[in-house]
Amino acid sequence: MDFLRPASWGEALAAKAAHPTAVPIAGGTDVMVEINFDHRRPEYLLDLNRIGDLREWEVGEESVRLGASVPYTQIMENLRAELPGLALASHTVASPQIRNRGGVGGNLGTASPAGDAHPALLAAGAEVEVESAARGTRLIPIDDFYTGVKRNALQPDELIRAVHVAKADGPQQYSKVGTRNAMVIAVCAFGLALHPATRTVRTGIGSAAPTPIRAKAAEEFLDAALDEGGFWDNGKIITPSVAKQFAELCSAACNPIDDVRGTASYRRHAVGVMARRTLTWTWESYRGTRRTSEGAA
Amino acid sequence: MRVNFTVNGRPQEADDVWEGESLLYVLRERLGLPGSKNACEQGECGSCTVRLDGVPVCSCLVAAGQVEGREVVTVEGLADHAKQRAEGGCANGACGTSLDEAKAWQAKGTDSQTGEGTELSPIQQAFIDAGAVQCGFCTPGLLVAADEMLERTPNPTDADIREALSGNLCRCTGYEKIMDAVRLAAARQSEGV
Amino acid sequence: MPANGVPTKITQGSQTKGGIGESTLRPDGTLKVTGEFAYSSDMWHEDMLWGQILRSTVAHAEIVSIDTSQALALPGVYAVMTYDDLPTEVKNYGLEIQDTPVLAHGKVRHHGEPVAIVAADHPETARRAAAKIHVEYRELPVITDEASAVAPDALLVHEGRDDHHAGHVPHPNVVHRQPIVRGDAAAAARRADAVVTGEYTFGMQDQAFLGPESGLAVPEEDGGVHLYIATQWLHSDLRQIAPVLGLPEDKVRMTLAGVGGAFGGREDLSMQIHACLLALRTGKPVKIVYNRFESFFGHVHRHPAKLYYEHGATKDGKLTHIKCRIVLDGGAYASASPAVVGNAASLSVGPYVVDDVDIEAIALYTNNPPCGAMRGFGAVQACFAYEAQMDKLAKKLGMDPVELRRLNAMEQGTIMPTGQPVDSPAPVAELLRRVKAMPMPPERQWESSEGADVRQLPGGLSNTTHGEGVVRGVGYAVGIKNVGFSEGFDDYSTARVRMEVVAGEPVATVHTAMAEVGQGGVTVHAQIARTELGVTQVTIHPADTQVGSAGSTSASRQTYVTGGAVKNACELVREKVLEIGRRRFGSHHPAWATAELLLEGGKVVTDAGEVLADLVDVLEGEAVEIEREWRHRPTEAFDLRTGQGNGHVQYSFAAHRAVVEVDTELGLVKVIELACAQDVGKALNPLSVVGQIQGGTTQGLGVAVMEEIIVDPKTAKVRNPSFTDYLIPTILDTPTIPVDVLELADEHAPYGLRGIGEAPTLSSTPAVLAAIRAATGLELDRTPVRPEHLTGTA
Repeated sequence: MDFLRPASWGEALAAKAAHPTAVPIAGGTDVMVEINFDHRRPEYLLDLNRIGDLREWEVGEESVRLGASVPYTQIMENLRAELPGLALASHTVASPQIRNRGGVGGNLGTASPAGDAHPALLAAGAEVEVESAARGTRLIPIDDFYTGVKRNALQPDELIRAVHVAKADGPQQYSKVGTRNAMVIAVCAFGLALHPATRTVRTGIGSAAPTPIRAKAAEEFLDAALDEGGFWDNGKIITPSVAKQFAELCSAACNPIDDVRGTASYRRHAVGVMARRTLTWTWESYRGTRRTSEGAA
Repeated sequence: MRVNFTVNGRPQEADDVWEGESLLYVLRERLGLPGSKNACEQGECGSCTVRLDGVPVCSCLVAAGQVEGREVVTVEGLADHAKQRAEGGCANGACGTSLDEAKAWQAKGTDSQTGEGTELSPIQQAFIDAGAVQCGFCTPGLLVAADEMLERTPNPTDADIREALSGNLCRCTGYEKIMDAVRLAAARQSEGV
Repeated sequence: MPANGVPTKITQGSQTKGGIGESTLRPDGTLKVTGEFAYSSDMWHEDMLWGQILRSTVAHAEIVSIDTSQALALPGVYAVMTYDDLPTEVKNYGLEIQDTPVLAHGKVRHHGEPVAIVAADHPETARRAAAKIHVEYRELPVITDEASAVAPDALLVHEGRDDHHAGHVPHPNVVHRQPIVRGDAAAAARRADAVVTGEYTFGMQDQAFLGPESGLAVPEEDGGVHLYIATQWLHSDLRQIAPVLGLPEDKVRMTLAGVGGAFGGREDLSMQIHACLLALRTGKPVKIVYNRFESFFGHVHRHPAKLYYEHGATKDGKLTHIKCRIVLDGGAYASASPAVVGNAASLSVGPYVVDDVDIEAIALYTNNPPCGAMRGFGAVQACFAYEAQMDKLAKKLGMDPVELRRLNAMEQGTIMPTGQPVDSPAPVAELLRRVKAMPMPPERQWESSEGADVRQLPGGLSNTTHGEGVVRGVGYAVGIKNVGFSEGFDDYSTARVRMEVVAGEPVATVHTAMAEVGQGGVTVHAQIARTELGVTQVTIHPADTQVGSAGSTSASRQTYVTGGAVKNACELVREKVLEIGRRRFGSHHPAWATAELLLEGGKVVTDAGEVLADLVDVLEGEAVEIEREWRHRPTEAFDLRTGQGNGHVQYSFAAHRAVVEVDTELGLVKVIELACAQDVGKALNPLSVVGQIQGGTTQGLGVAVMEEIIVDPKTAKVRNPSFTDYLIPTILDTPTIPVDVLELADEHAPYGLRGIGEAPTLSSTPAVLAAIRAATGLELDRTPVRPEHLTGTA
């Protein structure tokens, strides 16, 4: 095993080009477990800790460019307003110690369906900024990023530099079921973002299919129902039957398995419950902000 | 490979480090600092918690090569760390009594082989006084995590304490005495200010 | 205070500071908070090698071949050993039945069984070498439950059994069977106005001590070996290790290294023999440290169980009869299974009065992971089931569940199903009364001005509910546990106590082989010595095999038995000291001959408080040292057909009230409070007593809602050997645990004390389950209960 310690992003890309099998290690919270438990013996470890700008973020007009190694703790503490869904998801990641080390880049690189960030990124809308020495930078839409169980759209010579996440234009929520009240891997998870600007909703589901997914039929149904009922304008409470059908469609989007963490049947059920609850929370919040803005006007 | 870093304020060099070694292994097996514990090696128990550039992390999940040039504080350095913090804070004369306060609570145990006379940080003393130590294997990690929380949040609520320590498993105590210990340390800390 | 039982009165040493009854602090506390306390995994020796174990990847198979050549060829590898390299004819070990191979011989019987061992200069070299050992297996069908174990064509897990249980078991795949028949359950059933039956499942729990198995074996010049080890019983290890090494016991020196928790999981050997074998083979010190993955294969677990119960009662709630059948899965090797069977059977009806019982408990041999000792030891599984039954019965009778329990509660004088009278306080009704009388935690504590605090809700930080679906439930349970080793076992301990003057002060040294595993035995021994010898300075000598056996740190027995041994040795030392005093100073004062003399505050005093001499002067130039074995009163074996016999030494009782909040839609549980009342006889160290109760309570909570080793029924392979998927409670899962301690002396025990470590682990689980039933209205016949069981999605 060789330990590569690039001092800059350029050096890191060069190293990855020279050694495409090199395993990037940043927070180490996935890679080191595999090494400690003898599940993996990469030829090269590519340490990204010395590249400071991976731990930085910029808040732009429409989106946040979030460095791949920005620790979850920082996201929770500093980006709650811009990225509320991701901030909530970050708070559910493992333990304080892990949140101090791990970042979204690791979740994306591992691409486990149980990664906590995925549903939030799917719901908010995001693009993954990846780069190679040979071909430069490209932005991969989050919807195209997950290609299979623990597989993603990265080429062997590419590294994840940042993720561009749309700034919230409406309420977002994130909910995760685990069988313990802290430090737990998701049995399943659900992210929901209301996008009043486009009058759309987006969802993200974790651990209930081979990859993180969106419940597109549920989104389309809800977009139409909200539109038809004039809900975006009248700010009424969402009809229970609409919420129910949305929840059912979210459940139906799942393609889960039975494993030691839970049954497929439970996952479908729980995703439905979380869909309904997060819809209620976000919609109540939307109505609240509407009332406030109307009151101010 | 060779790794140079600072542990508890002292420069350290580890040689012939296998690239897959963790910071935890280097501390325990190469630097003679076994205080950080190896309970799960998968970031699920917190027993190996150390401060890396001030931040609590699981040292089992930090690759040894990643600490090059960085600063680590382990449980072995916790008393000094707390002392420096107290002294630093005292530059403005605001908190001169916290150490005396800690000393006043020295364990009264008179049994031998106890490391008697060792200067302890307030959180270490509180763990002894409150009965928060049983087998003690989780203790070093909990101390590092709790000390850091009290640094950030001097007057924590119970829910704050539970959240901050939710990455540290204890199998012996049922956590009640650990809660007592952190409350006690927080109370003594605020009395001392 | 109820009529039976009185608090213990102490005369000798009552004036001496730091004696029994005080919450003195741990002598090892400072070392443990500074990181200096040397646990077994912290041992280091110049030039030491690292040992690694190669374990079977399948549960049941014949070993066709093992090829170690590639491993041996790896640079840095010093030794590779298989069964063929074992040095003597003794190739098995075991606590009671020597059925466990040191290294697999021709066959593996469970997933993770040791097949070969390696010593190398770095743990990674050792791992790589182990990976290069080629083992060819021919897989066999797996036996995983009672049906497959006793099927007519079942393979025998162990061929040719000749152990002392073999003759009375119904099938060779049954390790041991213990029936208990008393009265006439069938006739009594006809008097019952209400009968409830149930079939219950108890999952496989892991001790999950935080310090994984580890130790360091150092070869010695005389051809022997010195083992620094984390264990529960040094001498039991020694008896099993020495014959395999072909060494006399005095050439295997053992010193207790720091133990990172035990809970039963260190009663059996793990890496002890392997480290010694490699050290003797290579001539170098060998350290072995399991990682968490290996630890799940490295020790026995709590027996999973199927429990079938029938309870009957008259319409006014008096129990008429109990029938039960308890099937424990012992896994591939016997370990402590026979004793667990005895416990499960004899404690199967709980702390209740019932004259007519028909009980059977068995343990199976299967290809599942071996199971043995864990805190509560057979009584835990039974308590989960009989308490569920009591609730079911109360419901059927339309009675309050606590009232039904109190109506049937045993008391001093009650006859156990084994025919043994309970001859010390048994305040079962009082414990229930106390736990019920505790103030209730306020409702909706999660509500705050800033909205719902998810940390106080089911689901916790995962943000699953802001109050939706949350229903509160309250449940009660009470349990009975035996203390000490039972069924005629010669359960003794040994203490060596020395008293001398050091630096002008009288100092007592207490030397035992007791394994301090975190319970605080060392604290209590020092307290006993202070009380009995009237000194403040006490040195606790490291535990090793240079002194006689202390027995196991298990069965809630160490404070009773080794504490008793220390007390006894101190009393003998005291007599000797007084004798010296009389010899030296007897002529100075008539009280030396006439009065009752005590040692207090470093002085010899009369019972009226008059000082006769300073211990420093009495002991000048002389040291008094006594080593003695000490036994509690003997017990009897249970009759193999009727289960009758005075099998137990002492009983221990605890009651719990659980308050839970359940997210009934998602099936997530938050335990809000777990109140406990326990009779401890005499709290030698109240702070430690409460710590034990809270810790035991939390382990019971764990197996109620999350802890389970999941074994694939098709392959008998363990599916979750990690802390990622075997979950134990975090601080956010653990509620406040108010404790009400009762002290009713047991006149047969030292200071009237009662062993306390296990009882709280029993009733915690059924109380939580009862509370969840109350919140959800579901029957819930298994533990742990997972979200899918609460949402109809299992």
